[in-house]
Amino acid sequence: MEFTNPQEGLEKFRRRLSVAAGFVLFCFFVLFARFVWLQVFQYQYYKTRAEDNRISLVPIVPNRGLIVDRNGTVLARNYSAYTLEITPSRVPHMEATIDALAQIVDIQAKDRKRFKRLLEESKNFESLPILNRLSDEEVARFIAHRYRFPGVDIKARLFRQYPYGEFAAHLLGYIGRVNDRDLEKIGERELDDNYRGTEHFGKTGLEQHYEFDLHGVTGFEQVEVDAGGHAVRTLARTPAIPGNNLNLTIDAKLQEVSEKAFGKRRGSLVAIDPTSGGILAFVSMPNYDPNLFVDGIDFESWQELNTSPDKPMVNRAVNGAYPPGSTFKPYMALAALELGKRRPEQGISDPGYYMFGGHQFRDDKKGGHGFVNMYTSIVQSCDTYYYLLANDLGIDNISAFMGQFGLGSRTGVDTEGESEGVLPSQAWKKKRFRRPEQQKWYAGETISIGIGQGYNAYTPIQLAQAMATLANNGVMFRPHLVHYITDTRTGTKTFVEPQPIRTIPLKPENVEVIRQAMIGVNKEGTGARAFAGAEYVSAGKTGTAQVFSLKGEKYSEHGTKEHLRDHALFIAFAPADKPTIALAVLVENGGFGAQAAAPIARQVLDYYLLGKLPKEAAPEIEAGGD
Amino acid sequence: MMMRRLWFRLADPIDTPLMGIAALLVLIAMLLLGSASPERLPTQCGNVLVALIAMRIAAEVPPQRLMYLAGPIYALGILLLIAVALAGDVSKGARRWLDLGVMRIQPSELMKVAMPLMLAWYFQKRENAIRFADYGVAAALLLLPVVLIAKQPDLGTAILVLAAGFYVIFFAGLSWKLMLGLLIAAAAAAPFAWGHLHDYQRARIITLLNPESDPLGKGFHIIQSTIAIGSGGIFGKGWGQGTQAQLEFIPERHTDFIFAVMSEEFGLFGNLLLLVVYSMLIARGLMIAANAPTLFTRLLAGAVTLIFFTYAFVNMGMVSGILPVVGVPLPFISYGGTALVTLFCGIGILMSIHKNRMLVQK
Repeated sequence: MEFTNPQEGLEKFRRRLSVAAGFVLFCFFVLFARFVWLQVFQYQYYKTRAEDNRISLVPIVPNRGLIVDRNGTVLARNYSAYTLEITPSRVPHMEATIDALAQIVDIQAKDRKRFKRLLEESKNFESLPILNRLSDEEVARFIAHRYRFPGVDIKARLFRQYPYGEFAAHLLGYIGRVNDRDLEKIGERELDDNYRGTEHFGKTGLEQHYEFDLHGVTGFEQVEVDAGGHAVRTLARTPAIPGNNLNLTIDAKLQEVSEKAFGKRRGSLVAIDPTSGGILAFVSMPNYDPNLFVDGIDFESWQELNTSPDKPMVNRAVNGAYPPGSTFKPYMALAALELGKRRPEQGISDPGYYMFGGHQFRDDKKGGHGFVNMYTSIVQSCDTYYYLLANDLGIDNISAFMGQFGLGSRTGVDTEGESEGVLPSQAWKKKRFRRPEQQKWYAGETISIGIGQGYNAYTPIQLAQAMATLANNGVMFRPHLVHYITDTRTGTKTFVEPQPIRTIPLKPENVEVIRQAMIGVNKEGTGARAFAGAEYVSAGKTGTAQVFSLKGEKYSEHGTKEHLRDHALFIAFAPADKPTIALAVLVENGGFGAQAAAPIARQVLDYYLLGKLPKEAAPEIEAGGD
Repeated sequence: MMMRRLWFRLADPIDTPLMGIAALLVLIAMLLLGSASPERLPTQCGNVLVALIAMRIAAEVPPQRLMYLAGPIYALGILLLIAVALAGDVSKGARRWLDLGVMRIQPSELMKVAMPLMLAWYFQKRENAIRFADYGVAAALLLLPVVLIAKQPDLGTAILVLAAGFYVIFFAGLSWKLMLGLLIAAAAAAPFAWGHLHDYQRARIITLLNPESDPLGKGFHIIQSTIAIGSGGIFGKGWGQGTQAQLEFIPERHTDFIFAVMSEEFGLFGNLLLLVVYSMLIARGLMIAANAPTLFTRLLAGAVTLIFFTYAFVNMGMVSGILPVVGVPLPFISYGGTALVTLFCGIGILMSIHKNRMLVQK
């Protein structure tokens, strides 16, 4: 037990009070030191962090450039519309939310499927459209119920639109939502900043090839945001610079005539201005509707397009490689003249076949064409003449000569998905095959090369380029779809200058022989029926390319299954003396060139040269011979 | 004449320096609330009025009367805490409230006043003959409600009650050696205590040590309040100009984190001013304790004063990131009626002690 007197107790208590006061001062000093540390020494750091907190850079996506034909017809444009978008990361019960939304706006099964696809492809923090192009009424209805749907919002957005639907689909291509592959391309060009906020990217055609011209420069808005991420006010704004417009060499009207001429036929047509390489018409049939892709295609449409036996998604003009058939013959004849292997008047007597190495190469005409010189060999499309010629020239001479016309190499046309084709040669075969016995070139293989068969395979654009080069006396241009690119701000035009790639050293008199023979084709030969009554002089050549080799049997056009029927081809230029257009037409499984392809060329040339609009798709002409 | 007399009667027990300091703090509170959450100003004015009435009543009660009340209030507090544990309302994962039908009360708040009263009364009873065992009894009296409150769980209030009781024991003369021993024992018991903490309490301690470990979750509050304080700089961003506060980055910016608003908008100078005002309050309180007539009043005044300090230090410490977030308001400034009434009762008790400092000697 300790006894203390009151005075002593008071003293002790007061000492304790002093200790307490000291402790308080010490603690407050610690706090003060902490404040000095934060507010004086760390001030800049925290100031920056506070600014980072409150200021958010919101990208302003630029308007995509327009695609316009040579006469100003708009083929791809943008329009503003409302979309209903969902930010998946903010929506815990997706199915229930969509069900509830469906009560307010019209969400169909295909919208759900499309959304599901988008959901699988995208990052969680993006907002994804569940419904596009809302009506004003739907917008109003959703806004009234908005509070029920956190993470769902209405957005005003620009949509890409291809106003003519399927028209020129393969030419224009389409845009779709940015995917990982696109991001890689963007990354390679170090354009990540410029693509912040961009949701679409060119996937095929011009949209893909000129993506970085069409895109424009992304603007930025400095926005003050609160802790919830909601914009409070705009602090500064750098407007976006719209993308450049593409002005095409394409004549939309000619394109339309060309597409219509095909009717239900599959195939391709490429028409080129031989004096510049500017492409006037660029057709691959059948088309598809590029509008379907802009905001994610629904599953049914996608399935339909991909499983259709007509393969509408293949751009036949640059991607499909076909044997040229008899359209190869004018070049073969020219090679013979240039290399001095034939004189024009020199002739052969055609028995209807050519024997080589114990194998009989049949002519198309039973019993043969009789006496055939160079002119008649082209006009009547005599095979035997070219079997002999091919053998005389040899494979490497043929491939070297044809290579000058760009056959078997990419033309460098300004679109995507171009294939190389096959220009056969000894070297090519060595590279193509593995086993030594396959790598060897057999002289017998050269024979069918002479009539455009065998390993020969060229894209329609190569055929058109070769035709244009021949029509232009050997001066060759790179085919191009874009005439010039317009800077939408300044109006400055950047032209795709028609620079000749090369000039093939051809003797004018030799070219003249071929020109005359090709005029003969359309006047008195295989193309004569298609060009009966034409008010201009045109030069052409029909072609029929075997899809399937019929051993020893006579080819019967009607008895063969559709997909085994021959491909029909036609190449032409006009007017013959001063060509302004050169073209190549291919009709898949069309049968004879004269029958299915030449009439298409006739309609196209009639429109281009005379302004004559056809009433219906090009007719099938009852005609034999190729 | 009537009015004058009434005024004198009303102002009679009021200690001018204490009243002045409290008024200054309330003014600062209104200023900050006007920036952080102006729509709450009217309610807070009402709260202040109620708190002033509570203070005036407390100031009227002589310390001798308080002594008689100490036991019953403490007993009532304990009973209510037990009632809460058995039948309290759960809100935000904690059982803190007792629904009496007409009103909901938070008995732990009562304990903040009852605790020092009880212990001061106990030591007064043992005056001049305080034995070692008395400290044991005091500790038991203290720990019973603290454990009950910590179990609710309400760590903030438990700490404040514990501190309040400890201050009384400290002022009663607990030996330094024993305190040192307790400190060592506490350090030794820490790992054991860790095992008994609730997950959210552990999380608070972890985030204190490294707030950036969970910047969007548990660390968010500390990070954002620290950014607010730091970005205030020396002079602050100005009233109503704090971006962290105005754009709602500071959580609970009108209650527990209002100090961050102060720091952001008034900078280091504002903070210094606040520290000075609190120091004045504490100085005045300790002065009253030093002049108090009886052991009971001394212990009570000293403990009440240090509770003010504890509120202020824990709150500013947690908001500036040197103490864990334990839910202690900034005294006299944070929005809310309950704490304000308790604090002004404390002021009232100090005033009463001061007014009655000569009575016993006479």
